[in-house]
Amino acid sequence: MTYDLTFAKDVYQKAEMGHWIKMCMQCGVCAGSCPLRAHWQHSPRQLFQMVRAGKRDEVLKSSDMWMCTSCYNCIVRCPRELPITHIIHGLARYAETQGAADPKQPTRRFAVDVFWKNITATGRVGEAMLTMRLYFQDGIGAGIQRGLEMRDSALGMLKTRRLNPIPFRGKIKGYDGFTKMLAKAAELEQKLENKA
Amino acid sequence: MADAHAAGQTILVVGGGISGLTTAVEAAETGYNVLLVEKDPHLGGRVAQHNKYFPKLCSPTCGLEINYQRIKNNPRIRYLTLAEVEEISGSEGNYTVRIRKNPRFVTEACTGCGDCSAVCTTEVPDPFNFGMNQVKAIRNNHAMAFPSWYYMDPEFAKTEAAKTVAKSCPVGAIQPDMEATIIEEQVAAVVWATGWKPYDAEKIRPYGFGQYANVTTNMRFERLANVYGPTSGKIVRPSDGKEAKKVAFIQCAGSRDHNYLPFCSRVCCLASMKQAAYVRDQYPDSEVTIFYIDLRAMDRYEAFLQKTRDDAGISWMKSKPARIEEDANGNPVVIGENTLTGERYALPFDLVVLATGMEPHSAVDAKVPFAGASQDDYGFVTGGVLAAGCAAMPTDVASSVQSATAMAMKAIHAAVKRG
Ligand SMILES: Cc1cc2nc3c(=O)[nH]c(=O)nc-3n(C[C@H](O)[C@H](O)[C@H](O)COP(=O)(O)OP(=O)(O)OC[C@H]3O[C@@H](n4cnc5c(N)ncnc54)[C@H](O)[C@@H]3O)c2cc1C
Ligand code: SF4
Ligand code: SF4
Ligand code: SF4
Ligand code: SF4
Repeated sequence: MTYDLTFAKDVYQKAEMGHWIKMCMQCGVCAGSCPLRAHWQHSPRQLFQMVRAGKRDEVLKSSDMWMCTSCYNCIVRCPRELPITHIIHGLARYAETQGAADPKQPTRRFAVDVFWKNITATGRVGEAMLTMRLYFQDGIGAGIQRGLEMRDSALGMLKTRRLNPIPFRGKIKGYDGFTKMLAKAAELEQKLENKA
Repeated sequence: MADAHAAGQTILVVGGGISGLTTAVEAAETGYNVLLVEKDPHLGGRVAQHNKYFPKLCSPTCGLEINYQRIKNNPRIRYLTLAEVEEISGSEGNYTVRIRKNPRFVTEACTGCGDCSAVCTTEVPDPFNFGMNQVKAIRNNHAMAFPSWYYMDPEFAKTEAAKTVAKSCPVGAIQPDMEATIIEEQVAAVVWATGWKPYDAEKIRPYGFGQYANVTTNMRFERLANVYGPTSGKIVRPSDGKEAKKVAFIQCAGSRDHNYLPFCSRVCCLASMKQAAYVRDQYPDSEVTIFYIDLRAMDRYEAFLQKTRDDAGISWMKSKPARIEEDANGNPVVIGENTLTGERYALPFDLVVLATGMEPHSAVDAKVPFAGASQDDYGFVTGGVLAAGCAAMPTDVASSVQSATAMAMKAIHAAVKRG
């Protein structure tokens, strides 16, 4: 077994909210509270312990942190007030910036390849396009099948005006400011990354 | 001699639990006058509610009895029950205190014969047993209670029935029209020994206390296991009276938790080990599970932990449970993650005991009524007056007694300086 002792330090300094992991007392409340736990290989508690044990590859390549639905069950119960949801997202983002995240992980693909491109292109989410891209992520056959499966929901959403069928063209007002904000965020992230 | 002067000084002790009793007898037996003020009808505090003491598992009544004897035999100690300190002014060596003595509705002439209780038909939930049973509106808490004088509930005292009950007393001790009195005293030192109350378990929503009948607390469990308790000591489920043989203890319930009490109460791990023994002794075929984050059994208590570990009927689960649900049979089901294996569990029990911690009275209903007093973020008393036992920090009886003796010394010091 090899321990990478620099990994914990990296996470504390470079992953968003990562320093909070130091405060975890390994009680297990988050793990017992997470409704998605059955689908995760490791619970949040285990991920935090793996960070401390220096298991760089197991953590960064894990699909676990991509599965968090931000339900906040863990946060409200954590006895030590760790912002678990945000730490989990911070770990996912850190894995992505390190190029370690599994490119085939479905949530990661949606987040990075579909959602991010969709929203940054115009400044707002184009629901119709977003849905199309998500459904056809795994090929035309799979896309049509998913579309049919979800037809009733889609029609329902159209009826209640929750889904705009007309693709959003052009850009939002103040698109320049929006891109500047993103650039600033990227700059801050880079600064964090360069920190020794 | 300084002594002759100083002995004229009075030391005020607030709270008649094991700490206050200790400070009182230690100071009085050294020759100082003591005024002991207790808000309940009897002395003894929480210790009087305990079934047995860890680590020896002996009865707490004998320790209390000795102190009661020392008080009875010492004319230097005056004690007031049903009394509270309303205001303190002045400074060390020269305090003025205002005390409110609430009516007992029974005078000191009471012989404890019990005739009034027999006649009284009004019943109320028994606060001594946390409301788990009904008691007469005129009573004493139990056969060993000190002082043994009966007392009447204030609400009942207002009724016509109280007058009828009063007539039953062979010595005419019952006075339903008794009123509160205010007493002012000069004292040289103040020792705050108001102790603790069990943390309100209903606040811990995920554990369902108050919602599920078979989820109880450690202090209720002390009473449940006691011969003077609601079931005369039989450990049964509140929902259906069935023998509770499969029992879970949940450590740090509402403790070491920023959502509730952030600190460790230091005794609840040991209390659960003691209570596990109550179950194992009563039912040889019982199974106890203790859920814990880590166990606090400091120095000499380690042997007690080892003894508990040697019992094959007690198993350990390293995990703070996430929540409790109830199944169709009224069994509480404890849900969480075993942190040693990473596995999730959902385990049904007959009864779940929440090991709740100690909240200082001084945080809620016994704040020190003195401008010069200081208390920490949790309400423990840190300065301005002397603090003994659990008013100063959460701790066991042995350390409470140590701290109470130390405070007797400090109080005497203040009295001598004054003298
Ligand atoms: C479940 C449980 C089991 C325990 N079992 C053990 C055990 O087996 N062995 C052991 O060593 N320790 C045990 N402890 C710890 C033990 O209860 C405490 O160490 C002990 O009660 C401390 O005594 P005290 O006098 O400081 O406080 P208390 O016992 O709380 O006494 C304080 C007194 O002050 C009175 N008071 C409160 N407010 C006022 C006011 N405003 N004015 C006047 N009087 C007031 C109260 O009515 C009470 O009589 C246990 C604790 C728990 C939670
Ligand atoms: S609930 Fe909080 S302290 Fe407990 S294991 Fe999870 S993150 Fe750590
Ligand atoms: S916020 Fe994420 S990690 Fe927390 S309980 Fe919900 S799904 Fe699980
Ligand atoms: S109040 Fe009177 S009747 Fe009641 S116990 Fe005391 S002496 Fe007996
Ligand atoms: S004594 Fe044990 S149960 Fe009580 S708060 Fe401390 S660790 Fe938790």
